[in-house]
Amino acid sequence: MSLTRTDVENIARLARLEITESELAEYVGTLSRIINFVEQLNAADTGDVEPMAHPLSGQTQRLRADEITERDKHELYQKNAPQVEAGLYLVPKVIE
Amino acid sequence: MYTLTIAELSAGLRARRFSSVELTRALLERIARFNPHLNAFLTVTADEALAAAQRADQELQAGRGSPLTGVPIAHKDIFCTRGIRTSCGSKILDNFVSPYDATVVTRLKEAGTVLLGKTNMDEFAMGSSNETSFYGPVRNPWDPKRVPGGSSGGSAAAVAARLVPAATGTDTGGSIRQPAALTGIVGLKPTYGRVSRYGMIAFASSLDQGGVLALTAQDAALLLGVIAGFDPRDSTSVEVPVPDYVAALEAPLKGLRIGLLKEFFDEGLERECGERVRGALEVFRSLGAELREVSLPALPLSVPTYYVVAPAECSSNLSRFDGVRFGHRCQNPRDLLDLYMRTRGEGFGAEVKRRIMTGTYVLSAGYYDAYYLKAQKVRQLISDDFRRAFEQVDVLMGPTSPTAAFEIGAKTDDPITMYLNDIYTIGANLAGLPAVSVPCGFVADLPVGLQIIGPVFSEAKLLNAAYQYQKETDWHRRLPRGYD
Repeated sequence: MSLTRTDVENIARLARLEITESELAEYVGTLSRIINFVEQLNAADTGDVEPMAHPLSGQTQRLRADEITERDKHELYQKNAPQVEAGLYLVPKVIE
Repeated sequence: MYTLTIAELSAGLRARRFSSVELTRALLERIARFNPHLNAFLTVTADEALAAAQRADQELQAGRGSPLTGVPIAHKDIFCTRGIRTSCGSKILDNFVSPYDATVVTRLKEAGTVLLGKTNMDEFAMGSSNETSFYGPVRNPWDPKRVPGGSSGGSAAAVAARLVPAATGTDTGGSIRQPAALTGIVGLKPTYGRVSRYGMIAFASSLDQGGVLALTAQDAALLLGVIAGFDPRDSTSVEVPVPDYVAALEAPLKGLRIGLLKEFFDEGLERECGERVRGALEVFRSLGAELREVSLPALPLSVPTYYVVAPAECSSNLSRFDGVRFGHRCQNPRDLLDLYMRTRGEGFGAEVKRRIMTGTYVLSAGYYDAYYLKAQKVRQLISDDFRRAFEQVDVLMGPTSPTAAFEIGAKTDDPITMYLNDIYTIGANLAGLPAVSVPCGFVADLPVGLQIIGPVFSEAKLLNAAYQYQKETDWHRRLPRGYD
């Protein structure tokens, strides 16, 4: 199948990606080719196969006790933040 | 000194033939001399390296330390390193200084290694040529017009050029093995869950696995023994004891049952590369191994399966880059949506955006069953094929890559052409299996790699086979011209 410009604009918006006009044209082409390429999977007979849930069979994810194991390091972590004030991350106004 | 393996360096350091400081200085000089051309290192940590080398020399003088004490290494810039920029090859993390160390970094630090710096890579490990890096391509030391492979291209080029004896890498679809093959070194991708992913920036969480690039299987065994093992900080880390990989190297290969992967010797495999791989198989036969052809019928669907599963997981993982808590933020955002969209639009490169969008599409309402669920079912078929094959043979062998290194820019126009580079490596990732690439010859002065794939947790067997092969061959001793 072929994706349209509108399809790609919608996908980009869902993915929270601003793309330029020239990028849009390129992605309409390459994303369509990728989707066509992966559609060869339809030819595989997967009848009653269970979808793979974990790369190692029989493995399940461990749970840990709900106990505090980490100290508060927000000052260290916030050194990488673009904008902080009084220990809070600043973003553009969301509610008027 | 710079041509020595880790095992040889370790012996030299202990015998006081040279100090870690001398070794570190010599390699830092080589980096200063060759890196402006190669672009293999993104960050060189010279001061920290010399300080660590001094500490290592004190340990060695006191008769303490591990076999890796004083041995220089480099980390792919996907591993978080405390106080050192960790860019993941992306503009969006150009200013990111990690507040903590990845478990792999911690373990190698505790073993006394000396970190020389962080290596270049495809952006977020999404690429097979190192050309998607925000910091520009890496050159292959064997031919500056050619790529070193990817995504661990900086690590591979640095080791091949003897700027560092070994480096870490990560492998989601071949990102350790393919660059190792294209630069003439050993690349080991361990079993999924063998090496902690804590602090390793996530691309596709069900496929990503950390490993090593080195000159020899022996060096890979030394390093794997340090980085492997259970880590409570990674919920997919597996509680399986770590065997003595070095001790297992010497086992004779007589009676080893090798399966030749029929699907890997297809029309896509360049004829001369295939001949080198078959030549290597004859060496194994002469060592007493038994060869038989094995067919994995679902394996040709690896690449399309991967290009549903990996982008799906990447689109989810990379949603964390939002311009709020760390990384790049766009100028003067109008509102929150504008902040997200422009930050991500500016911060991510073309291939990363392509994969995020592919993943967003295959996971979106109405398409999930047709693409993602279908791919996970085919993934199970591929995994079952491998399981059945390992009922008949001990290891599987074939080429690592369909061609030797290609020219920079040769495959950047069409993403599918680039994706097909990983046609022989992706299967092991989908099934969670360990695999190693070993240098097995040259085609027109460019290295070719032999791939050995084994059942889960068979790293000791893979390294044993690779080590015995390297005892019979000297491909790994060849230096690219201009780097001797």
